[in-house]
Amino acid sequence: MSASAIFVVGGAFLASTVEMVEALTIVLAMGVTRGWRATFIGSVAALVALAVVVAALGPLIDQIPFTALRIVIGGLLLVFGLQWLRKAVLRGSGYKALHDEEKAYIAEVEASEHAGHEMRAGLDWYAFTVSFKGVFLEGLEVAFIVLTFGTSHGSIPLAAAGAAAGLVIVGIAGILIHAPLSRVPENTLKFAVGVMLTSFGIFWSGEGAKVDWPGGDVALLGVIAFVLAVALGMTRLLSMQRSQAIGRQKLAGEGVP
Amino acid sequence: MKLLENFGRFWWDFIVGDDWLIAAAGVVLIALTAWLVSVGLNAWWVLVIGVPLALYATVKRAAR
Repeated sequence: MSASAIFVVGGAFLASTVEMVEALTIVLAMGVTRGWRATFIGSVAALVALAVVVAALGPLIDQIPFTALRIVIGGLLLVFGLQWLRKAVLRGSGYKALHDEEKAYIAEVEASEHAGHEMRAGLDWYAFTVSFKGVFLEGLEVAFIVLTFGTSHGSIPLAAAGAAAGLVIVGIAGILIHAPLSRVPENTLKFAVGVMLTSFGIFWSGEGAKVDWPGGDVALLGVIAFVLAVALGMTRLLSMQRSQAIGRQKLAGEGVP
Repeated sequence: MKLLENFGRFWWDFIVGDDWLIAAAGVVLIALTAWLVSVGLNAWWVLVIGVPLALYATVKRAAR
């Protein structure tokens, strides 16, 4: 397997794992507090809807001319990657709270306990809709990553296999542990996915704009290393700036000139 | 109409996300790269330099 294929599979696997951990937290909270029937049907309905979206978008992608496709795919990867990386840098530097599955689980449980009990089509409608939305919205991002990553490498099934592995592992872990997967290093994984998406985005949108990368395809490894170094450096810089700002505020509060 | 509005808002939130600056920077950087290449410059460095600057700008906006 080539280096870029490993990155495609690895990126889709990590993205899927992170998003499915978040979806699992919602599904568990609904199942435990509202019952498993509506929760299970809502989750399965969301997976079917996701499969329909992928099946509809896959052939559409094939219709787009290759050069335009590389720019569109590269641009989407770049924008998604920067969104992930922005959150990761803000979390790593302390400007945004780290994502905590325990807290997210407790919030979902509290919300579901205070929600009404409307029945539709023989289902607890709240449990059905919350499970559906949770799985669908978290899964949609994975579906986009699979389509864009897969298309960039010329193999959607390869990226889909990486994502499916993440889904299966998180699903089995959820069934066995029966609790939110709070030990998964979610924030670190999000950082890694952000670096990979951004790097692929830079590389592919550059290819779409018809640049000649120094060293050809090997340049992708250099771009990944560069983006990683920039993101780590930025996290460290912001963290230091935040510590200094807090220090100044403390001194001002104590009346020190 | 409401359905259309919700549909549009969903895709805006999904693609543009928390800060429109990211999407705008992506479009501008790719367009600039394509234009420089079209006038004969191998401008691979535009994205490599521009993306970290865009990232810094968006995290600084959020950290304020």
